[in-house]
Amino acid sequence: MEVPILKQGAYLIASIQSALEDEDLMLLRNALITQVGRTRARGVIVDVTALDVMDSFATRTLCDLAYIIRLRGAEMVIVGIQPEVAVALARLGLKLEGVATVLDLEEGLAYLNQKAPASVKGNHSRG
Amino acid sequence: MVRTLEMEATARSMMDEGTPADTSALLTALVDHLHKNRTQLCEEWAKRITAARLLTAMTRDEIFAETTAVYNNYVDALESGALEVLQAYARSLSERIIPRGVETHEVVGIVLLLRDVLARSLFAKYQNDFSMLNRILDAYEPAANRIANTVAVGFVQERERVIREQQEAIRVLSTPVLQVRERLLILPIIGVIDPQRARQLTEQLLRGIRTNRAKVVVIDITGVPVMDATVANHLVQTVEATRLLGAMVIITGLSPEIAQTLVTIGVDLSKMNTVGDLQGGIEEAERLLGYKVHPIGELAQSA
Amino acid sequence: MAKAPRIQYEPASSSRSVEMSTKDGRGETRVTIRKYSDILEARQKGRELAGELGFSSTDCTLIATAISELARNIVLYAGQGEIRLGTSSQMGNIGVVIRASDKGPGIHNIRCAMQDGFSTSRGLGLGLPGVKRIMDEFEISSRVGMGTTVTAKIWKPR
Repeated sequence: MEVPILKQGAYLIASIQSALEDEDLMLLRNALITQVGRTRARGVIVDVTALDVMDSFATRTLCDLAYIIRLRGAEMVIVGIQPEVAVALARLGLKLEGVATVLDLEEGLAYLNQKAPASVKGNHSRG
Repeated sequence: MVRTLEMEATARSMMDEGTPADTSALLTALVDHLHKNRTQLCEEWAKRITAARLLTAMTRDEIFAETTAVYNNYVDALESGALEVLQAYARSLSERIIPRGVETHEVVGIVLLLRDVLARSLFAKYQNDFSMLNRILDAYEPAANRIANTVAVGFVQERERVIREQQEAIRVLSTPVLQVRERLLILPIIGVIDPQRARQLTEQLLRGIRTNRAKVVVIDITGVPVMDATVANHLVQTVEATRLLGAMVIITGLSPEIAQTLVTIGVDLSKMNTVGDLQGGIEEAERLLGYKVHPIGELAQSA
Repeated sequence: MAKAPRIQYEPASSSRSVEMSTKDGRGETRVTIRKYSDILEARQKGRELAGELGFSSTDCTLIATAISELARNIVLYAGQGEIRLGTSSQMGNIGVVIRASDKGPGIHNIRCAMQDGFSTSRGLGLGLPGVKRIMDEFEISSRVGMGTTVTAKIWKPR
């Protein structure tokens, strides 16, 4: 199942629609890395609103993803963790260390505007 | 009233006595007697209820209306042997009278008084035929007791249900999540928290964060005298879950005892944002949100 | 601004339900775990069961998450196994029982696996300490070369 990646200004938004299997995760990772490189995106928003369960695999994967994206020079933020999922993560002791988490898309964009502001000069290629 | 074979069998089993033909005939005689003397027996009953000072929360008209209904249901139950209708009536009666403040002993009392009134009337009717009186009482007693039981238990169950609902309501009310400013929520907790309340607290808080899009939450535990390790864990998990929703947490009113409990369960207090009192916590929250806090004196000067 | 869409639960593939998960005589639901999609099936079944028993929706998510951890361990380390979901009642209270079993390589050092540090975000965590934390009862037995069985129970809060 492919994850749709949208571009919003200098940022990329990946909305995870359903639980990702190993393979899909690899595809997402590669797709994001490619897109970040191609678009010179300054930030990536991963939207997990549709995930009704997040286990240690999910948290591990997201942490790894954030690490790799940062290596590519972009900031990552996770948005839309459902309250019940947040409770489960807290109770299981699963931490999303090193990754920013905010309430929703709006907050995600605000976060990136602050942390990784889009450069004024933009992404125009110059001759 | 139409009686099916099934009803007859149930009536017989309720009676638990004698040969089928015998019990059936007794039952018929009994019910006939109760139908014929309805008005008089109902009045006698109402008189006894008042004399025993029961149902003081209700008016005479109300008592009359309910006693008539109970009497009819009682006789129907005796006749049909079917308790379902009586159970349903007991529940609906309880729903009506519990809010009026009628207590368990009153309900048990009036049902027993009815039993007495009916028994006495049987004594009076069959006083000249001792063996007949015995046989009819043998048929009447188990049935009457079963009915008294049904009504009383129905009332108690309804009462317990109401109490549970009220407790739930109190729990919810006593943990209000307040929006003080935009993006700022305050959760003042008062009293002793048990794990169930802690769970509810967390759910209400997270829901509140989503609804209000809060970025800072001040949890005030000034009013919490003591917290055991289990609940302390819950608190820590609540803070954790809140962070996952992108909100910062400030804890205020942390007593030395509770601080000790937190340390004991392995919490690094230096990682937690704690402020002495609620006022201080709100100021800190506003600072985090970017509000400029002017003490009143300053404002007056610059005016 | 984008509004959070309703949570979408994974629909259990109906054809797979017939072959992969069955309710046996004891009223247990069994899900064969072989691939990643079976993990979804197991957790959906778990969520349904918990919902039927009247667990709060937060607890249903908790239970689904625990099942996810256990099922994933089976896929990652044993290749194949089974998750059995059942109910239990004791002293008027009701609970969910999760039995995860496999005939895989087994765990060398259970104590190590049950330590918190073992499931950090970088390492090959088994997620077991977390499951133990949220379940009311937790039992694990494992023999190297024979397999592993984890039995966990969670009671409905009164």
